[in-house]
Amino acid sequence: MRRSCVQTVLASLFTFVSLVFCAQAFEIEAQKRYPVAGAQRTISILSTADIAVFEPIILAFQLANPDISINYVTSGSTEVMKAIYEEGAQFDLVISSAMDLQTKLANDGFALDYSSEATASLPSWAKWRNQLFGFTQEPAVMVISEAAFANLDVPRTRQELIETLRDNPETFAGRVGTYDVRTSGLGYLFATQDSRNTESFWRLTEVMGRLDAQLYCCSGGMIADVASGKLALAYNVLGSYAESQLQGTDGLKIVPLDDFVGVMLRTALIPKGAKQAEGAGRMIDFLARLRTHPELTAATGLPPIVEQTQLSGTVLRPIRLGPGLLVFLDQLRRETFLRSWTSSIKQN
Amino acid sequence: MIRFLATTSIRRRLVVQLSVMAALLSIVFFVAVRSIAEQAAADTQDNILAASATSIADALYSERGQVRVELPYSALSMLGTISEDRVFYRVVADDETVTGYGDLAVPDVPARQRVAQFVTSEYRGEEVRVVSLARAVSNGERAADVRIIIAQTRRGLAVISSQITSTAMAVAIGFFLMATALSLLAAQSAVAPLKKLAQSVTRRGPKDLRPVVTKTPGELVPLVDALNNFMMRLRASLTRSEEFIAEAAHRVRTPLATVRTQAEVVYRQMEKPANRKALREMIRAVDESSRSAGQLLDHAMVTFRTDQLERDEIDLCKLAAETCERLQPTAELKDIEIIRELVAERAMIFGDNILLQNAVRNILDNAIKYSPAESSIVVRVTQDDDTIKLSVTDQGRGFANADLGKLTARFSRGVNVDDIVGSGLGLTIADEVVRAHNGQLRVESNKEGVGACVVLVFKRS
Repeated sequence: MRRSCVQTVLASLFTFVSLVFCAQAFEIEAQKRYPVAGAQRTISILSTADIAVFEPIILAFQLANPDISINYVTSGSTEVMKAIYEEGAQFDLVISSAMDLQTKLANDGFALDYSSEATASLPSWAKWRNQLFGFTQEPAVMVISEAAFANLDVPRTRQELIETLRDNPETFAGRVGTYDVRTSGLGYLFATQDSRNTESFWRLTEVMGRLDAQLYCCSGGMIADVASGKLALAYNVLGSYAESQLQGTDGLKIVPLDDFVGVMLRTALIPKGAKQAEGAGRMIDFLARLRTHPELTAATGLPPIVEQTQLSGTVLRPIRLGPGLLVFLDQLRRETFLRSWTSSIKQN
Repeated sequence: MIRFLATTSIRRRLVVQLSVMAALLSIVFFVAVRSIAEQAAADTQDNILAASATSIADALYSERGQVRVELPYSALSMLGTISEDRVFYRVVADDETVTGYGDLAVPDVPARQRVAQFVTSEYRGEEVRVVSLARAVSNGERAADVRIIIAQTRRGLAVISSQITSTAMAVAIGFFLMATALSLLAAQSAVAPLKKLAQSVTRRGPKDLRPVVTKTPGELVPLVDALNNFMMRLRASLTRSEEFIAEAAHRVRTPLATVRTQAEVVYRQMEKPANRKALREMIRAVDESSRSAGQLLDHAMVTFRTDQLERDEIDLCKLAAETCERLQPTAELKDIEIIRELVAERAMIFGDNILLQNAVRNILDNAIKYSPAESSIVVRVTQDDDTIKLSVTDQGRGFANADLGKLTARFSRGVNVDDIVGSGLGLTIADEVVRAHNGQLRVESNKEGVGACVVLVFKRS
C-alpha cells in the first residue's frame, strides 16, 4: 500500500519530495530514491536524518557500491519506532538519533545481528549486541541569537542560563525554544538524560515554562526560528545541525554549556525481516568507517565516531548504549516524566 | 596382555602409565575449573539480577490506592555492565501488571518475601535467567502483593563460558604435556641404574667373573646378589674343571715318562727289525701323548695366570732367543735350522714372562712339528712406531685353505694334519696369552714361499 502510494508521488527521480501523506499508520516526512542503472537490488532506509543532511553519504556510498539502489525515507524518531515496533514496516536499515528507541528495538528482538571488520573497528561504547551501531556523535547544544544577547552575558552553565532567563523575562518571553518531548523521541532522550545529569533540569524547565517556551518537533525548525529572530534561544539543539546551518547564517551562535554537554550517538540497525540485510550491512560498514571520509563530515556536519573525543572532554557526557536506556521508556516512568514536564512547561 | 606387559620396556610402561594418569588428572582439572568458573559466572549474573530487582523493589510506592514504581536508571543499566544481554522486566501487583513486559511469565515458584528466586526459562525465543522478588507494598488498608520479575538473556554467560572453556582447555593441555615430558624424564632416571648395571656387566671380558660392585638402588640389590652368586658358582665350577684337567694331565704324564724310559730300554735290547719298528712307533705315540698332556697343563696354567696377570718388563728378543735355544735339540732331530732375525733394538713390553715363553714355545714347537726335515724356520722380532711383532715362519704345509680364525679355537686343528698327532691346543694357548697382553695373533700363509707364518703383535709399552 505504502509502496504504491510512494510510486505515484515519486514519478520523477532526483526530485526533492516534501511531505508525503499516505494512508498509512506511521508518518513519512519525506522520501527520495537513488536508483542506479543496472542495480541488482534496492535497500530501503528508514531514517530520522533529513535528506539534505544525509544525501552526501548516500551518494558516496553508491560511488563505492554501484550495484545498490537506495530508497531513503525520513520520519520522526517516534514514528520510526512505531513503524518497526508496531507495524512491522518493511525496511532494510533503520537509522535514528533516538538511542533509547533503537536500544529498545534491539533489546526486544527487532534487530538482526551483524558483524564485520568495519564494525569490529568501532569502539565498544559505539555498538551494542552487534545489532546497534553508532556512527556519529552529536552534542546537544544551545543556539542563541547574537542580537538578543547584545546586552547580556552569554550563560556558560545551566545555572547561569536559569538566572539569565529569570532576570530578563522581557527579552525571553515567548522567545525560548526547545523540543516537545512528547512528540520528539530525540527531545525526550535529551530531556531524560538531562534530568539524570543535573539537578537544575527541572528548574530550567520550570523557568522556560514560565517564559511560555515554544515547543518544536525538530532541531531544524528551532534553528531556523533563532536565525530569523523569532527565538532568542533554543535549548538542546542538535549541534551537528546547528553547525551546518550556521555556515550560511549570521547572528547565530552555538553555545556548548560548560557544566556538561550531552552527546548522542546516531545509530543504525538492520531490522528483523530485512530483505536486503547484506546490502544494509554494507551501508553499516560504510557508516562505521565514516571517520575515513572527512569530506562527508564537512558536507553533512555529522561528526563521525572518533575514539579520543569520548575520553578527552570531561564536559562531554556521552549517552551510553545499554539496557539503562530502557528505563525512561518504561510506561510508568514515561508517564510520570511527561506529566512533570508538561506541568512545568505549560503554565499558561 | 600379560605377555605384552612382560616384554614391554619398563621405561615405556612407566611413561604410558604416568601419561595416562596425567591425562586423567588434566581432564579432572578441566572439568573442575570449568564447572567452578561457570558457576561463578552464573552466580555473578544472579547477583546482579538480584541487585537490580532489589533496587526496583525499593522504588515501589503507592499512589491513590495504586501500586506504582519509578524505575531507577541503575536498575537496568547495571545489567548492561558485564554483558550486552537483552533485559526484560515486569512488575506485577496482585496479578495485575504495573509496568514492563506484560507477557513475561511470573516464575512458578512460591513467593517468599524479600528473597530473590532464580529460574532459567525461555522468553522471546531466547534462554533467559529470571529473578523473581516478592515485596508487600502497603496500599491504603491492605498490603498489595508485588512481584518483580527481571529476565536477562545469557549470551554474555555463553561467551564467558566459552572463554573459560578454552582457557581451561589450554591449561589442561599444557599441564598434560608438561606432565608427560616430566614422566619421560622420570622413567629415564628410573631405569638409569638398570642400564648402568647392564653396561658394567657387558663391558667385562669373557673371563671376568669377579663380583659386580657397581652401586645400585635397593630394588636391584637382589638381582646383583643373584648375579654375583651365579658367577661365583660358575667360577668355582670352572676352576674345578681346570684343576681336574691339570691333575689328570699330570697323572697321565708321569706314568708315560716311565713307560717311555722302559720302552727305550727294551728297544735297545730288541734285535728283530719288526719288533724294533713297532717299539719305535710306540715310543713316538707315548711322546705325543706326553706332549698333549703337557699342553693341557700349559693351557690350564695359562687360564689361571691370565686371571692374575703379572706385569714385568720383558725383552721379547731375549725371550725369543731363549726359546729357540731350548727347542734347538728338538729341531736338530729333524735337521731343521732355526734362523734368528732378532732385529728390534728395544723390544720391551710389559707382561708375564712365563706365559709369553709358553706362547712362543708352543708356536715354535708347532712349526718344528709340521716342518719337513732339513728345512728352516725363521724367528723374527721387528718393531715399528706402534707395535712389536714376533713372527715364526716355517716351510711346512701351511694352513691350507682353513678358516684362519677357527684355528685358535680349542682342540681345533687344520684340515691337512691327519698324519701328525696333535692336541689342537698350541695356537689356543698362544692366542689367549697374546690377548691377555692386549695383543693380537695373526695366522698367515708364508709370503715368501710354502709354509705358514704366525705373528704375535704387541702394542709398544
